[in-house]
Amino acid sequence: MTAEASEAQVVLQNVTRVYARGATRPVHAIGPLDLDISKGEFFSVVGPSGCGKSTLLEVIAGLAEASGGSVAFEGTPTGDKVPEGIGVVFQEDSTLAWLTVWDNIAFGLRRRGVAAAEIKRRVDDVLRLMGLRDFARAYPAQLSGGMRQRVCIARTLVLQPRLILLDEPFGALDQQTRLLMGDEVLRLWRETGATVFLITHALDEAAMLSDRVGVMSARPGRFLEIVKTGWPRERDSRIAAHEEFGRLTSRLWSLLRDESMKALGYPTAAA
Amino acid sequence: MRGAWLLRLATVGGTVLILELLCRVGIIAGFTMIPPSQMATGLFQLLVSGTLLPDLKTTLSGVAIAVAAAILIGFLTGALLHAVPRLRRTLDPFFASYYAVPVWAFYPLCIVLFGLNDVPKVIIGFLYAVVAMIVNTLNGLDRVPPVLRKLARTHQMSRGATVLLIILPSAAPHIFTGVKLAIAYAFIGVVGSEFILANAGIGYQISFAYNNFDNVILYSLILFIIVFVSAINLFLYSWERAILQRRGGR
Amino acid sequence: MSTIADRLWRRWIGVIDTVLLVGFFILVWQILYEIAGAVALSPPIATIRYAIALLGSADFWPNVFLTFRAFGIALVISIGGGLALGLLLGLNRLLGEAYEPVLVAFYTVPKVAFYPVILLFFGIGVAAEVAFGVIHGVVPVVIFTMNAVATIKPVLLKMSRSLGLSRWQLMTTVVMPAALPEIFTGFRVGFSLTLVGTLLSEMFGSRAGLGYMLMQAIGLNSVRLIMSLTLLIVVFAVIANGLLLLVDKRLHHRA
Repeated sequence: MTAEASEAQVVLQNVTRVYARGATRPVHAIGPLDLDISKGEFFSVVGPSGCGKSTLLEVIAGLAEASGGSVAFEGTPTGDKVPEGIGVVFQEDSTLAWLTVWDNIAFGLRRRGVAAAEIKRRVDDVLRLMGLRDFARAYPAQLSGGMRQRVCIARTLVLQPRLILLDEPFGALDQQTRLLMGDEVLRLWRETGATVFLITHALDEAAMLSDRVGVMSARPGRFLEIVKTGWPRERDSRIAAHEEFGRLTSRLWSLLRDESMKALGYPTAAA
Repeated sequence: MRGAWLLRLATVGGTVLILELLCRVGIIAGFTMIPPSQMATGLFQLLVSGTLLPDLKTTLSGVAIAVAAAILIGFLTGALLHAVPRLRRTLDPFFASYYAVPVWAFYPLCIVLFGLNDVPKVIIGFLYAVVAMIVNTLNGLDRVPPVLRKLARTHQMSRGATVLLIILPSAAPHIFTGVKLAIAYAFIGVVGSEFILANAGIGYQISFAYNNFDNVILYSLILFIIVFVSAINLFLYSWERAILQRRGGR
Repeated sequence: MSTIADRLWRRWIGVIDTVLLVGFFILVWQILYEIAGAVALSPPIATIRYAIALLGSADFWPNVFLTFRAFGIALVISIGGGLALGLLLGLNRLLGEAYEPVLVAFYTVPKVAFYPVILLFFGIGVAAEVAFGVIHGVVPVVIFTMNAVATIKPVLLKMSRSLGLSRWQLMTTVVMPAALPEIFTGFRVGFSLTLVGTLLSEMFGSRAGLGYMLMQAIGLNSVRLIMSLTLLIVVFAVIANGLLLLVDKRLHHRA
């Protein structure tokens, strides 16, 4: 149980985010909520659609500024700039269509002015790590959706971030590919020692991959509960066979069921 | 794919052959049209003898200036408007109706203002081309996926770096379309103006040949324009294909 | 907080902005006049007054009638012929693939190059004007119709086959309504281009009509006449296109 012993890397206190869309009434997306994410942990967030999961990720990343409360990454307050040391993998395909896979992955390193020899070493390493070596000279248009997401992950990893934020990165993929990608993310998590913050709508994915799962309410998103999984660090998708997995998943669903119905507009039992 | 090429070739080739026949046999009179083969030899003569050169220079330099101005000003205006949404929204209907207005209606005005020289036709060529460039620049900038702008921020990129390395490459296909259209329209604008009223240029020579009943020169020049424009189109089209091939239409 | 004031503001800001823009243009026009003088330009108010006078003058309307007669005929042929050709090329993949590049190539060639050919074949007169208007206007109608038909969602066609529709029913109840917004855009562009073509043909090959009047004005060196005629033509083109644009937007919105 390394999570409790580690220091907090990300601290959110009383955070809210409200934004205006055009001239209509402002949207109260999330909060107020508190969250501590420990260094090196694997933390997932699940919740009904529209509950503000992506907004939460953007606030942590510094892509959106909190309207109230404080956000801190490694002790420093986060404003509207993305702090160095944070890597983000987006839901939509963010590969750069006009660059080869190799150049895509090298993109961040080049922006930082890393020496060419070092870039070559790191990119080749990551290509090998992610099994993309054969596709180095291909263009994103020639790859499948799953491959492109792996390029995005590789592009993030090569910068050796200390916190990796993933916003439903496997949303568009089929179940089998998702499971395999989940295993890959776990392997990368262990090998890099980074903290991972994953947003997913798949409860089984959250249950099998994470150390802790935050369950968000319908909008405005707040944490209903944060569920500890207690899994050992060495794990993969086959943990689904463990009886605890079934219990965890149903716990998540029992928390979420009412919230999901609310989000979809169904009348719920709780008044 | 093959079938399409054959069909195209057959139709064009067939039409040319039929015209050749009709002209040779006399069904189409000589004072109406000359046989295509004569058009080709006439054009060859013109090019070889160099008589076409001065007018070619006038027309092409006019087109070049109009295109360069349209691309530069069109792009900058498009970029500016994209950054000022309110101004853009107001001008949008204006752009939508722009090509409904006969630009040549302004040609007489330009002649009165600047005289009967190269300036009016370049202005018309520019006016015709610039809005296509503006609209396509706006389109291109609109279609940059928002996720790419977020990506730039996660790499702590400055505004300048974001524009140069992310926004422009992403918008490039549309901007290229704007360039293609600008070239086509500038050409139409300049040659059309020369035809209406000018004292030099390919369009003028066509009008002159027509008024002097010189069908050989007339048709040779028309053939020249068709061949020239098609060649430029082909070049631009294959260039575009090469670029888009890799990008898969993104 | 979004109040009634907010909503009104949003509704009217567009109109106000447009009025401001037009006002700005007129201001620039006036300033240019101050700089260039009466020899080169006619100021806004004088131009408008002269334009209105033209509308009341005796020899204006016969010319307008001639222009619009040629324009009307050309429009009917452009739209009718364009629609038929566009449907054919859109529904038949081989033909469409084969001839689309030809059409695009034709679109970029300066049609003025064909004008002498048309004159030689048709002689000076209405026929030539109509022909010129048609070669300008038919191309966008064909291209837009072709695209409109070719991009009908295949699932719609599959669905109609499963409903057992006849070919005619398919055309009228599925293909046409689905393709209508794009087809109409083709009509709108075709309308404008046919007008351009008709006016252009009058500018150098006619002895009557609005285009001819415009060229005459150069000979008379009457800046006022040139600008008033240009103004009237522009106003007409903008209003006509604006109305068509409204219908266009409605159709696209509905789709």
